[in-house]
Amino acid sequence: MKFVDIITTAIANSFRSKLRTGLTVIAIFIGAFTLTITSGIGTGVTSYINSQVSAIGAADVLTVSKAGDATATADDGPAPYDPDKATAISLGNGSRPGSTIQALTDADLGTIEATSGIVGVDPAVQVTPDYIEYDDSGKFELTVNAAATLTTADLAAGEQLDNESTTDQILLPTTYLDTLGFSTPESAIGETVTIGIADFAGTQQQVPATVVGVQNETILGAGAGLNQPLTDRLHAVELSGTPAGAPQSYATATARFDLDASDAEITAIKADLADQGYAAQTVADQIGSFETVINVIIGVLNAFAVIALIAAGFGIINTLLMSVQERTREIGLMKAMGMNGGRVYALFSTEAVFIGFLGSALGALVAVGVGSLVSNILATTVFENLPGLQVVQFAPSSIAIIIGVVMLIAFLAGTLPARAAARQNPIDALRYE
Amino acid sequence: MTVPVLSAQNIGKSYGSGANRFDALKGVSVDIRAGESIAIVGKSGSGKSTLMHLLALLDDPDSGALLVEGTDAKKLKGKEVNRLRNQDFGFVFQQFFLTANASVLDNVVLPLKIAGVGPKERRARGMKALEQLELADKAKNKAMNLSGGQKQRAVIARALVNNPKVIFADEPTGNLDTTTGAVVEDILFSLNRDKGITLIIVTHDIDLAARCDRQIFIRDGLEDVTRSPEAIEKPAGAHA
Repeated sequence: MKFVDIITTAIANSFRSKLRTGLTVIAIFIGAFTLTITSGIGTGVTSYINSQVSAIGAADVLTVSKAGDATATADDGPAPYDPDKATAISLGNGSRPGSTIQALTDADLGTIEATSGIVGVDPAVQVTPDYIEYDDSGKFELTVNAAATLTTADLAAGEQLDNESTTDQILLPTTYLDTLGFSTPESAIGETVTIGIADFAGTQQQVPATVVGVQNETILGAGAGLNQPLTDRLHAVELSGTPAGAPQSYATATARFDLDASDAEITAIKADLADQGYAAQTVADQIGSFETVINVIIGVLNAFAVIALIAAGFGIINTLLMSVQERTREIGLMKAMGMNGGRVYALFSTEAVFIGFLGSALGALVAVGVGSLVSNILATTVFENLPGLQVVQFAPSSIAIIIGVVMLIAFLAGTLPARAAARQNPIDALRYE
Repeated sequence: MTVPVLSAQNIGKSYGSGANRFDALKGVSVDIRAGESIAIVGKSGSGKSTLMHLLALLDDPDSGALLVEGTDAKKLKGKEVNRLRNQDFGFVFQQFFLTANASVLDNVVLPLKIAGVGPKERRARGMKALEQLELADKAKNKAMNLSGGQKQRAVIARALVNNPKVIFADEPTGNLDTTTGAVVEDILFSLNRDKGITLIIVTHDIDLAARCDRQIFIRDGLEDVTRSPEAIEKPAGAHA
């Protein structure tokens, strides 16, 4: 029997008992549908995160903070007082409410800079301006996105912040435009806004800044982005009037290392810092931990889909065993007419694979349709505030892989019935009533 | 004398083992020459079907030897046996064994499909076989919609489609009424006469057996030599 004949005969055979094949196809459909949807969510969310953070370029940067006090467990009671230890400092905006870490002092910065492999260290300065105002149209609260200088923003208009520039630049989120009185993102570019900030004594001072860009809303910290010169200027205002000798403290510091450093060298630097009592993370670490959580969720969902597919596999075994039983005489006849066992095996395996293909292709197709529809609806309703988020996205390669895997499962499930068919003795089969 | 197409030499076959052992065939010898028609006659359970299965290489004998054109069947490879059954043998069964919801043509060309013949040639040869049996107009009908006689004619067309040397017919008229049975018999004997196809008919129908060149009587797994061909020609009235 020719290969083409085996395929066409197998397909024709699978349609002979439409109800039975149909039910098996539904079982596979459910598994493939779930798998496609979960993989679509995985693709969608990952690609969104990537578009949000791809930008956190700075591959040569470590975020350093004091490591948690390992000794301060509940049983030990309070630790002895250490006058050199800096006070705790709030991590501020975005962290768990009430959570604090040990602050870094100037001495700590020195220690970090002295660590081998580190070429420079800057304290992460967080400024807390009081308000922003444009064109005397009212003062509004201003939230500063501390990560702005580390990231490349998803721009609605204008340009990225330039830290090397001598001008004071600000990047506004799209949500600020209406409030401040800009009609379109483009109209805000190049305009000067006024930032109000209090000095140490509490006296409010005004600092002008130029709007260089408008940024789409992002999940990584809302708020306006400031370039380094503007941050420095605002920080200087905050510090003006500080009594001499008052120690400076910072929540985190940014340490730079050689851009060409290998993974092993980076690990060594981190280990070195850990020994000295500092926790250091590269940007990749931070994104990595974020993606790990999402991957775990997707993985759990996929596991459920695979369980559904395994159940469907037993459906295939059952369907084909019944089919072999029903067609005993036909198999006997074909063998009597000189068809060898291998071809009979191929015939039933092909039927299993075809049923698998039918279920998975339909499942994937419907999943793509439903997923895209739901995703579009969600994008305009629930996720309206997260422009660019298509929660379900489909990669052709992953759909192909899903269909391939389902067909493989179907083939494996078909092995048992196909063997039963191939081993039939033509005489017994023909006598079978 | 020419080499027989098939030659059974004291072949035996048993099924089961131990207490359940059943000797279906206890040693039968028969030579089948090209172009003859031969009837294997016996009651049900006599071993006549087992003998046909062994002759048709559908089963291996436990004892004795089966020669196919002088070659011991045991020495033939599986592939060669499949080729023989596919191209040199045709089968006609009492229960037809047609695939009910496939078309008559599809049923008839099954041996060609197994042989790997292309679809065009399959169709042409299938239609030719159907024309021979005056079933060409039913080619597209489903097999289950045929009458009994039409079904058996379709089965004969299927047996013929590969131009076999030997046709094995197991109770070919068993499921047919007398008139249609006679038509089917005529077809089979005309194939034997006109095309020189060797005909091996398994039956318990003495009248059908009498139309063959030769008869072999099987009783309890052995050839019943007491029943001479003469006895058939003058059936003792009540016996038939």
